[in-house]
Amino acid sequence: MIPSTFDYTAPSSLDEALKLLHDFGDDAKILAGGHSLIPMMKLRFAEPEHLIDLNNIPGLSYLKIEGGMFKIGAMTREVETEESAEIAVHFPIFADVAKLIADPQVRNFGTLGGNLAHGDAANDQPAVMLALDASVEIAGLDGRRTVGIDDFFYGFYSTAVQEGEILTEILIPIPSGRSGNAYHKVERKVGDYATGGVAVHLEFDEQGICTKAGIGLTNVNPTPLRAVRSEAALVGTSLDDDAIASAAQYASEDCNPSSDLRGDIDYKRHIIKAVTKKMINKAKQRAFKN
Amino acid sequence: MKKEITLKINGEEFTKEVEPRTLLVHFIREDIGMTGTHIGCDTSSCGACTILIDGKSAKSCTILAVQAAGKEITTVEGIATTEGAHPIQEGFKENHGLHCGFCTPGMMLRAIELLEKNPDPTEEEIRWGISGNLCRCTGYNNIVKSIKYAGAKLRGDELPSTEPEFVE
Amino acid sequence: MIQCKTSKEIGGMGHSMKRKEDDRFIHGKGNYTDDVKLPGTLYMDIVRSPYAYAKIKNIDSSEALKIPGVLAVITGKDLEQYNLHWMPTLMSDTQMVLPVDTVMYQAQEVAAIIATEKYIARDAREAVRVEYEVMKPVVDPFKALDADAPVLRTDKPDKKDNHIWHWEVGQKEETEKIFEEAEVTVKEQMHIPRIHVASIETCGCVASYDKVDNYLTMYMTTQAPHAIRTVFALVAGHVGLTEEKIRVISPDIGGGFGGKVPVYPGYVIAIAASFLIGKPVKWIEDRSENLQADSFARDYHITAELAGTKDGKILATRMKVLADHGYTDASANPSKFPTGMFSIGTGSYDYPNAFMEADAVYTNKPPGGVAYRCSFRVTEAVHAIERITDRFALEIGKDPAALRFQNFIKKEQFPYHSPTGWEYDSGDYEAGLKLAMKGVDYDNLRIEQAEKRKKGELMGIGLSTFTEIVGAGPSKDFDILGIKMFDSAEIRVHPTGKAIARFGTKSQGQGHETTYAQIIAEELGIPAKDIQIEEGDTDTAPYGLGTYASRSTPTAGAAAVMAARKLRDKAKKIAAYLLEVSEDDLEWEPGKFSVKGAPEKSKTIQEIVFASYTNHPQGMEAGFEATHYYDPPNLTFPSGAYICVVDIDSDTFEIKVRRFVAIDDAGHIINPMIAQGQVHGGLTQGIAPAMYEELIYDDDGNILNGTLMDYLVPTAVESPSWETGHTVTPSPHHPIGAKGIGESPTVGAPPAIANAIVDALKPYGITHLDIPITPYKIFKALKEKGVLDKNIVES
Repeated sequence: MIPSTFDYTAPSSLDEALKLLHDFGDDAKILAGGHSLIPMMKLRFAEPEHLIDLNNIPGLSYLKIEGGMFKIGAMTREVETEESAEIAVHFPIFADVAKLIADPQVRNFGTLGGNLAHGDAANDQPAVMLALDASVEIAGLDGRRTVGIDDFFYGFYSTAVQEGEILTEILIPIPSGRSGNAYHKVERKVGDYATGGVAVHLEFDEQGICTKAGIGLTNVNPTPLRAVRSEAALVGTSLDDDAIASAAQYASEDCNPSSDLRGDIDYKRHIIKAVTKKMINKAKQRAFKN
Repeated sequence: MKKEITLKINGEEFTKEVEPRTLLVHFIREDIGMTGTHIGCDTSSCGACTILIDGKSAKSCTILAVQAAGKEITTVEGIATTEGAHPIQEGFKENHGLHCGFCTPGMMLRAIELLEKNPDPTEEEIRWGISGNLCRCTGYNNIVKSIKYAGAKLRGDELPSTEPEFVE
Repeated sequence: MIQCKTSKEIGGMGHSMKRKEDDRFIHGKGNYTDDVKLPGTLYMDIVRSPYAYAKIKNIDSSEALKIPGVLAVITGKDLEQYNLHWMPTLMSDTQMVLPVDTVMYQAQEVAAIIATEKYIARDAREAVRVEYEVMKPVVDPFKALDADAPVLRTDKPDKKDNHIWHWEVGQKEETEKIFEEAEVTVKEQMHIPRIHVASIETCGCVASYDKVDNYLTMYMTTQAPHAIRTVFALVAGHVGLTEEKIRVISPDIGGGFGGKVPVYPGYVIAIAASFLIGKPVKWIEDRSENLQADSFARDYHITAELAGTKDGKILATRMKVLADHGYTDASANPSKFPTGMFSIGTGSYDYPNAFMEADAVYTNKPPGGVAYRCSFRVTEAVHAIERITDRFALEIGKDPAALRFQNFIKKEQFPYHSPTGWEYDSGDYEAGLKLAMKGVDYDNLRIEQAEKRKKGELMGIGLSTFTEIVGAGPSKDFDILGIKMFDSAEIRVHPTGKAIARFGTKSQGQGHETTYAQIIAEELGIPAKDIQIEEGDTDTAPYGLGTYASRSTPTAGAAAVMAARKLRDKAKKIAAYLLEVSEDDLEWEPGKFSVKGAPEKSKTIQEIVFASYTNHPQGMEAGFEATHYYDPPNLTFPSGAYICVVDIDSDTFEIKVRRFVAIDDAGHIINPMIAQGQVHGGLTQGIAPAMYEELIYDDDGNILNGTLMDYLVPTAVESPSWETGHTVTPSPHHPIGAKGIGESPTVGAPPAIANAIVDALKPYGITHLDIPITPYKIFKALKEKGVLDKNIVES
């Protein structure tokens, strides 16, 4: 499989990239890790005339803590989030999720920004970002704006990143108190897209009452889905069995999976229910491990 | 429109004109003529095309040659030294880590990075570490054993037995 | 445990010698077909049908031909002018090279582009416009036989339906009577799904025709170069390509497993293109083409039945097969065996009676019926018998191990005549199962399982005690297109005592360069490291039928022994001459002849060989060479006892193979390390169809998983850590008592895994699940039983 012809530019600054993007408009695509785009080009499902490679732009790959936020540059590779001890302090969920994304070689190149900007509900990171209540920074020729994750995913391969814009940073609020998070997906074999995946983030007060719950679901909805009723079922409780069972039940009811080779709708709802329960328990366990 | 790229492959510098759409694996195999890097699937599922780019394992069927401009690439042809085989090559031979040999170059290059990051991996870590490389012949047991052997060799530890073990 | 007769230095049988072929592979110096580079090579790409069944209204190549670098677009009509548009299959059916008017399956070749560069050929593929008239395909093999089903093979004037053939064997009436009268009968409907070998190297070739010499050199991914040369000569002899003008070279092969036995249209088109243009033409298929168009394996729908007594004695089995062959019968079977060795289906058990029958049908799917690391449909038969045996154990409430011990063919019953006509050469099934049970700690596992069941946890233990049938085959029964299934070896020892040996087989990773050398070392005492092994070049190697169906050791390995023994006889004459004694006064030990009672008087094999060139007895032929074509007197019957332990998550039904113990009996083992490696690999190709792989088609004949993103080849994570061992029951008729090992594990593993999973689900009344058994399939089965919410989710 071989892509059709295109022109290639690798600008050395973000401004230059934005200008090129503006000039080429619809005919251009951005190349980050390339591990979603290039396979589509090889299949000739995508045939851009111009490819703008962001890999030569300095300053887009970093992990840092600033103003109570964990900030991740959009070009940060999945492997860096997987291996970062700094992230793991508050967010062991990154090691959970990264391990299940494709394979080590792909994670060496695939970027967090690309994973989100691809706008694919089958990708795993969107659910994690929903659970962590992230926001993303988007740059355009007119400047930068920040979009909450709930306003980011529009539809099939469609996000808040508009024509002429580039996603530059992911911001995740750092919990101040006791917290825990976890991700798991059921997959047909390692590296597969999820049959169903669940990301859970929980925060607790000193009495052990859940003060904040974030639950994101992978590949069971046309867009990455926040399990709103499930979250509500947990907040204000000490996560007793009933609360967890309700949250799991709501998640299975509120998702909207489609039937495919991975399973029918009933099966996927069943998976979501089972994995939601497991991940709430795992996140809770992590929160109270010390 | 063709682009001129300069890159290093196994320490040797090459400057060539390529179409932007040229896949790195085709560049290495056809333009440079090193055929040890293989193509098995086209969808970055099998890992037969795995090489190292600046020391990081990469699937060269899903990377453009133009993206490799200015980089240092290592292929299977470049891992042995003047002193002889790389420990990973020795590991695969001593432990029967290959049958048809088609997945072997990619498997070894992936293992090199794995051992660099994790010099003494568990069996579980090795299995997850090579989950992007398919082998249809060996059933993976002896690949795991080969990588453990190479790890011991690289660490300077006593080498594990290479004899087959049987249920008796 | 394995005794060696030779020193490590000689490296004969039983030594775990490191492989001689490995150096080139670990240094990236393997030479696979796509690595073959000839000056002036052109590249071929293929336009394929998006539809499963359609009339071709028009093929417009004009836009494609405008692309600079595109030299030709070849269609069926072009080939028709040379009468090359159809070719014979191995089963004497016919297959299109390129269609003239109708496509019969999705991804079928429609036209071929020849261009100066690979990328240009690919671009031109997009530019060829084909107009189709889509027809409703026949996808379901059961519906293929309906009276109103369209007749697919309209090219055959007499064909009035989609039925290909009927086959049966055994005691029909006796078996029916037993079933009528038996205390217990069980029955399950099973599908052994369509799967694909998916060797990591796809198929391809470089066809290089020299117009001046009228000589074709064909580099190609083939497991059977000699037979393929003959097929090419049969197809193209009428245009002047006769057999002496064709050289087939099979370079290193990146895995075969049966998928590189057939002649694919791409090979023939590449030859035609090179023949017409006079330049080398390279065709390397991509993975989608490989999965979607190359030969499938399996696809048998089996109704399996067993009759027995309440206390566990089995009396008869009955099996009925519907075989989905796609649009032509392009199976790779010996000519007289349309279902291959399916009649091994009475397995390791002493059945007084059995009856088996099969019907094959045409559908709008790709043709095939190759092995997938299995000898001629043995996997299908073994799956049926091992599953129905467990089903019977479940029915009468008996432990499946105890039931097997009760019904095994006993050691003293060999040679054993099966009710379907085979003479099993040897076996010791009890010993194998005992070792497997000890290895896995069977009794304690059953105790653990009982405790887990009380807690609602899902744990299963599955057995498979199978008999293989390999080494085709004796010439009285076995041929392919009339050519008897012997195989060959030619040994030449050079004056300095080093040797080259050539074979009619072709390794695809099995390690022939090492094991054949060890066989010759065993017989002649020449160190294995001094013996070069060569295969795969029809201009140099003796004729043979190739490597598949675990036949290399039983046939070509035996040929090597026989050729070496001819040389040892000659060596003895020379030694007698040199030592001035009678031949009767000599005794042999590996590597030398010495005088009985005077061991200091001896001649090494190297001295003898040197003498054969420098000082041979007058009247004796000079030199040290021998050739043997080995026609086996019988097949060999390897066996195995496998035990699998699974844990299933009671919420998500994710399946974990916790342990898998495999005890194989392949007779005498040439190289334990390589034999074990073969078992490991075969086991992973056993878990693959058991839990992951299946080619899936929708009602319109569209393949739904034609890439490795959805065709789920197991990784090192899915594949468990295999535990293997062996018992040794030599084949009495094979000259070194060997049997063949490469495929046993692929044959034996799937039912062990399926039996384990079904065993785990026993409390919920599940008696059978078709492979591949996935969490989704378990969910559906439990849902159907109505036990999901009550017993599992809330537990």
